[in-house]
Amino acid sequence: MDDLYRQLIIERYKTPHYRGHLDPHDIFFEDDNPVCGDHIEITVRMDDADVVTEAAFDGHGCSISQAAADLLIEYIHGKKLDEVKALTKDDVVDLLGIDLGPVRLKCALLSLKVLKAGAYGLSVDEVSDELVE
Amino acid sequence: MTTTFDVNVLRADFPIFDREIGDAKKLIYLDSTATAQKPTAVIEAMNEYYRRSNANIHRGVHTLAEESTAMYEKAREQVASLINAASPREVIFTRNTTESINLIAYTWGRENLDSGDVVILTEMEHHSNLVPWQMLAEELDLVLEFVPVTDDYLFDMDAYKKLLLLEPKLVSFTQMSNVLGTITPAKEIIQLAHEVGAITLVDGAQSVPHLPVDVQDLDADFLVFSAHKMLGPTGIGALYGKMDLLNAMPPFLGGGDMIKTVHLRSFVPNQVPYKFEAGTPAIAEAIGFGAAAEYLQNIGMDAVEAHEHDIAEYVLERLEEVPGITVFGPSAENKGGVASFVMDGLHPHDIAQILDGEGIAVRAGHHCAQPLHESCGVKATTRASFYIYNTKEEVDALVEGIYKVKEIFG
Repeated sequence: MDDLYRQLIIERYKTPHYRGHLDPHDIFFEDDNPVCGDHIEITVRMDDADVVTEAAFDGHGCSISQAAADLLIEYIHGKKLDEVKALTKDDVVDLLGIDLGPVRLKCALLSLKVLKAGAYGLSVDEVSDELVE
Repeated sequence: MTTTFDVNVLRADFPIFDREIGDAKKLIYLDSTATAQKPTAVIEAMNEYYRRSNANIHRGVHTLAEESTAMYEKAREQVASLINAASPREVIFTRNTTESINLIAYTWGRENLDSGDVVILTEMEHHSNLVPWQMLAEELDLVLEFVPVTDDYLFDMDAYKKLLLLEPKLVSFTQMSNVLGTITPAKEIIQLAHEVGAITLVDGAQSVPHLPVDVQDLDADFLVFSAHKMLGPTGIGALYGKMDLLNAMPPFLGGGDMIKTVHLRSFVPNQVPYKFEAGTPAIAEAIGFGAAAEYLQNIGMDAVEAHEHDIAEYVLERLEEVPGITVFGPSAENKGGVASFVMDGLHPHDIAQILDGEGIAVRAGHHCAQPLHESCGVKATTRASFYIYNTKEEVDALVEGIYKVKEIFG
């Protein structure tokens, strides 16, 4: 338990650094985890070279989903759009620094799914778990 | 006075309680509403079948085939006995409650329902008693009506009586909510339905494991339930139906066993119950199901109910003292051993995860009853559910665990 809820996750859940909504933005996407109703929206601004200059997330959910979103947003600052598109679940697991079972992994990956769907310019119907495999 | 049992003696029948969770924590299993643990009697009944008697049923004349057939049919008698069916032939083995309901929808439903017909359900149904009817309503243009839940989380009898004025063809309802624990007045619901000529389907997935259920006393037309929630294996369930209804229903799946004779272009269906059991069934699981029914009958369903009522009262009393907690469901007198709750500012996943760290297994989510959660105004809850093997000490451990959650996220 202490592993799963290491201090970083609790801290970022309680006081996220990147919670908000950017307007205007270059990328916007939002989606739910149908199992628990968790919700994440992400907004991203980029410069002319498609490098992320600013990003934010908003939504509600468990500590894992919200902390993962906050850490992911932090991580993509300064990354190129192509690098964002290439992110995988391993990147999120590394950011969280914990092992997750299949159910909690879905919580952790909700923000990545939303981010990549936005980066690829998908519609809601086109979003699938394959995005984060 | 109901005969009682010693929980600590009974727990020795369940080998899973010997294991530990994570860092040497004792397993405290509070998720029996999802699936129950299995006693040695059930596990061994299935093992014994595979070790000694394994053969396909109903066809072979060799010793093993005869033994297997006898064991399979004995299981049907054991299950029929638990619910006091007039004949074992009124018990059809299915995969689970969900398949039983689908079977009724696709055979009885398609045969007897027509455009504009009214089907009454309740707001507290499990998805398995909603979606099959939504699908059939789409196909046949049926009208679905829902009995609401009162502010006290009870079946709204006044609203039901008004809905009966619509002259429904079917009333399909849960006898015990898997989220609220609400026990519905099944006998009265059925009697009122019959007065307007409706057929009744009782979802007994939660009631049959936890309460005495007598289909003849209830006068239920259909009763459906799953083995795995009542100490039996997964992959097998039952559909009880009154014989005249079953006889009049067309077959469900086509194939072996469900036929009397087959020609290249036609077939004659077998008699009930085989008409509804196409293909080689889950034989070992049926035998395990029978063993589970017998195990419960030996304890006595009155004693099971009394034990769980005690636990339900104690859980509600202990949870009430926790600041910031809301428990959904009626008072203990109308409630099974289920406590679904939310805590201010805490997500059910986080609660369940911290509790798991203490060896306590609870469930987090919408428990396959999304519409009910919507009407309670929450996305998801944490659910602790109890069965014959749970103790008051385990309730105390749950409450301690909840305080630990508050401490970590506080």
